[in-house]
Amino acid sequence: MTAPIEVTGSETQAQPDAVLEGIEGKAIQGRSLGQIAWLRLKRDKVALAGGIIVILLILMAIFAPLVVKLLGHPPNEFHQDLIDPTLGGPTSSLGGMNGDFLLGLEPGNGRDLFSRIVYGARVSLLVGFMATLVAVVIGTVLGVVAGYFGGWVDWVIARLMDIFLAFPLLMFSIAVVGVLPDKWLGLEGNGLRMAILIFIIGFFSWPYIGRIVRGQTISLREREFVDAARSMGARSPYILFREILPNLVAPILVYSTLLIPTNILFEAALSFLGVGISPPTPAWGSMLTDAIRTYQIAPYFVVIPGMAIFITVMAFNLFGDGLRDALDPRSNR
Amino acid sequence: MIAFILRRLGGAVLLVFIISAVTFLIFFGLPKLAGTTTDDMAARFAGKSPTPEALAAIKERFGFDQPLAVQYGNFVKAAVTGDTYDTGVEKIDCPAPCLGYSFRTNQSVTDQLVDRFPITLSLVVGAAVIWLLVGVSIGVLSALRRGSLFDRAAMMIALAGVSLPIYFTGLLSLAFVVHQWGLLPPVSYSSFADNPFKWASALILPWITLAFLYAAMYARLTRAGMLETMSEDYIRTARAKGLPERTVITKHALRASLTPLLTVFGLDIGLLFGGAVLTERTFSLKGLGSLALDGVVGSDLPVVLGTVVTASLFVVVANLIVDLLYGVVDPRVRHS
Repeated sequence: MTAPIEVTGSETQAQPDAVLEGIEGKAIQGRSLGQIAWLRLKRDKVALAGGIIVILLILMAIFAPLVVKLLGHPPNEFHQDLIDPTLGGPTSSLGGMNGDFLLGLEPGNGRDLFSRIVYGARVSLLVGFMATLVAVVIGTVLGVVAGYFGGWVDWVIARLMDIFLAFPLLMFSIAVVGVLPDKWLGLEGNGLRMAILIFIIGFFSWPYIGRIVRGQTISLREREFVDAARSMGARSPYILFREILPNLVAPILVYSTLLIPTNILFEAALSFLGVGISPPTPAWGSMLTDAIRTYQIAPYFVVIPGMAIFITVMAFNLFGDGLRDALDPRSNR
Repeated sequence: MIAFILRRLGGAVLLVFIISAVTFLIFFGLPKLAGTTTDDMAARFAGKSPTPEALAAIKERFGFDQPLAVQYGNFVKAAVTGDTYDTGVEKIDCPAPCLGYSFRTNQSVTDQLVDRFPITLSLVVGAAVIWLLVGVSIGVLSALRRGSLFDRAAMMIALAGVSLPIYFTGLLSLAFVVHQWGLLPPVSYSSFADNPFKWASALILPWITLAFLYAAMYARLTRAGMLETMSEDYIRTARAKGLPERTVITKHALRASLTPLLTVFGLDIGLLFGGAVLTERTFSLKGLGSLALDGVVGSDLPVVLGTVVTASLFVVVANLIVDLLYGVVDPRVRHS
């Protein structure tokens, strides 16, 4: 695939980077969009740092049992001998932080905060990624259909997106999660909770992808290469999948990278409100709910899960911004 | 102009109808789909340990065994004309607009909404003033000094701001500003009419916390809008005809780049009026968001349904106002 997001001229036209290197005496060579994007991304140190943190977080979540085995204690093991029984905080200073408990102890039960953070990453990242996947699938299908077919189909889908974007999301999600039963479709407990969270978050965030895909499809539909395919007798499915969809890969990639942190925040918010993952499974949002009760005796207990959410979301945002700049030749840099 | 207003008004009514129908369908259709019996539904409405007679009366009263369309019709009718609930023990009157009656708290949902709304209103209005002033001015300054140290620092802080969950910044400021350092009084709500000073000082922290997030978003939006406007042809024309830069910015660039913000602002305000759930939960303020949350936790379905429908009503009304304002600000909209 060689076409950039916005094909500004014919495809043989030299890209700016290629021109620069041509001046330096090298032969002008054609580069794919991926190569150009990678060249630009390599120069964006901030975005790269974000990307590296994202990769480390994913590895940490995947290998959570191993990481905890090496560096911590089981996430649901109580260490009440290390907790001051009258105050509820750890007996040692710094919230019980030391070589044994890297991030200190939870007030009250004295569970190892480090391993709860590591395991909490699993919930956040899994829900964040899967919900974004749901959103991308719905958003791409509806966006392409709306943009390509136009007419009343477009009108209905566009209004639908308006309604979704103007919905009191958080209120609605807590209400929906609240009325759903504990067992459904053969799932129960946190498995069901997780599935519900993924579905609800994905279902409410598809319009963000849908709007962008629709806009891009409308402009691609009028391009010469689509006209050419049509004049050669190509049918709609062929044009959709072979001519239009490949050109949508870049924007979808960028906006889904930027949607992941939003969805991670969404999951954390639901867990914070007590309608997300239920205890004792560790989730960053619900750790902060516990912190409401204990911030007066243990302010560090606010800082640690909060920073975990912040670092994760910030890393995704930095990487996503960088990716957008790298893939979109028109963006302001 | 009148045709324009009527068209928008019609659209808004339709939207409220759709949203309330969907909400209703989810609360009454989804549990059915998942195998909840009508007895379970009645139990969710009945409150703690109801008598069998009360349960049967509620089942009968709400018609849980009737088709969903009929149930929805009853809900709309009650909202418009009021309703009387007969629990078998007593008759409870619920005047219009009746959004249901909570048997758990023995209060009509409308009364509870009216009780809680001033808290959410105070929280959101105070925060909105701060975030508009701070967010928009930082965005404009950043765009005008693009690439400067100020711009880069401000945009880095703004990116951090949108990545920080409000309950994190809220709890952090509670733990340190209020508890450790004692710089501000504990957060609480007292009526503005009683003592404006006390009202403001006990809400400063939630205002700043909420405003920080939105100021960060608005700064980013304003900057992007300003940069786009400043590269328009008519800005070049304005400069070319010799207008001073100040006039170009205030008269030409600002107006065009701030109108799109109106849409965003309307939507945000509408959403928050319906309940600033996270902020209210963080600071233990008993606004509309807390009401919905209490309803969910205590499985008090009428309250949940009532708050969600009210929340969507706020969004629709806010959107309608923005649409009408747009018609005033931007004449192109009226005729499209």
